[in-house]
Amino acid sequence: MSDRLFAATRKGLFEFRRQRAGRWAVERVSFLGAPVSQVLADPRDGAIYAALDYGHFGVKLQRSDDGGAGWSEVAAPSYAGVDVDAEAPPSLKLIWALEIADPDAPGTLWAGTIPGGLFYSDDRGESWSLNRGLWDQPQRKGWMGVVYDQPGMHSVSVDPRDPRRVAVAVSTGGVWETADGGASWTLGGAGLRAEYIPPGQAQDPVMQDVHRLVRCRAAPDAFWIQHHNGVFKADGGIGQWSELAAPHSTFGFAVAVHPKRPETAWLAPAIKDEFRCPEDGKVVVKRTTDGGRSFDVLTRGLPQAHAYDLVYRHGLDVDAEGERLALGSTTGGLWLSENGGDDWVQAPARLPPVYAVRFG
Amino acid sequence: MARIAFTAHLAAVGPTEPSSYGGATLAEVLDAVGADYPRLKSYVLDDQGRLRKHIAIFVDGLMRPRETALAVPLDDASDIYVFQALSGG
Repeated sequence: MSDRLFAATRKGLFEFRRQRAGRWAVERVSFLGAPVSQVLADPRDGAIYAALDYGHFGVKLQRSDDGGAGWSEVAAPSYAGVDVDAEAPPSLKLIWALEIADPDAPGTLWAGTIPGGLFYSDDRGESWSLNRGLWDQPQRKGWMGVVYDQPGMHSVSVDPRDPRRVAVAVSTGGVWETADGGASWTLGGAGLRAEYIPPGQAQDPVMQDVHRLVRCRAAPDAFWIQHHNGVFKADGGIGQWSELAAPHSTFGFAVAVHPKRPETAWLAPAIKDEFRCPEDGKVVVKRTTDGGRSFDVLTRGLPQAHAYDLVYRHGLDVDAEGERLALGSTTGGLWLSENGGDDWVQAPARLPPVYAVRFG
Repeated sequence: MARIAFTAHLAAVGPTEPSSYGGATLAEVLDAVGADYPRLKSYVLDDQGRLRKHIAIFVDGLMRPRETALAVPLDDASDIYVFQALSGG
């Protein structure tokens, strides 16, 4: 069970600790005032990484080697020298995903970024290299900006059986997979459907606005997607998907899958596009335990009147046991569950807008 | 040598007082400052070496266009101020 939770917010990184059953409290605040786009607690060496978006002064990466008491700036992924002859040479806009690359090789990391590049580090973030195998894919030219005007890689999922197998998702740019550590890439996504593009192109795998891609740890070929206009599930890798019928809106950003049970997943629905807030002002979590054939709508402990909390794509996390859940919103709400989502307790804090929550 | 001062927002990564550095252009002066403050340049320039979008450069009392500010010729009497635009909430 995880007793530590990080909330990366628009104005700082908040570390919560569990004090007793149902009771979590702020243990530490780091980078108060600075937007923190992503956080990673690395169990291999105890390091904590925090990706900062200083706006005027650019994107920075910080690492703590003492549990969050002290931080030092390490290198940020860099597009220096990449496509310098392009009309608008690329530049790092955001670190959106931070993941452990090889569990058996301490210090190896993946970073997914806006404008879409995937970066690798083998020295704890001291240096980064752009993955050219994916960047140089001809179809990358068809990636589009949706959220921040440029395409963004928000999900990087390493196969626990083989760290050379990595799946990524791009908004928009579909889902991609490598089996050789990033040298070559395959476009997946058959069965995904985009209803926001011209007729005849709805099935185009590059046009898919995948909001979040997650994988079951115990069944690594089982994936879930929260897509712009639907919820999809794959049982045999990212190549082939099935669309699920879910109650409430099928719009949302976040999805989490149980680490041991591939048929159990949680969603944080919202009304789509022009509203982007919970239906009827009620914050709910949808849970399926049968692979999406049916869903429970979980409400106990969540606000059920005039609540306009939107949950971003990294705003829902489940711990390694599949028991504890965290839900963080753009209104600064943070709720925790210790029984798989049946009951929720609001954390004793009114946070800045939450970008990511992460146990670790 | 030109005199260069930075916004107080950069105090953690650059000189806190106006300082003198040699260089025929702002790009050269920033290289010289960067030798003393290795983190500073990445706060003022992006990863392609362009002036960041919300950085404002004043040379001798005039705000310089972002596209050309790095190449403005300097002399020993030049006064440079590196500011940031205000925005956000």
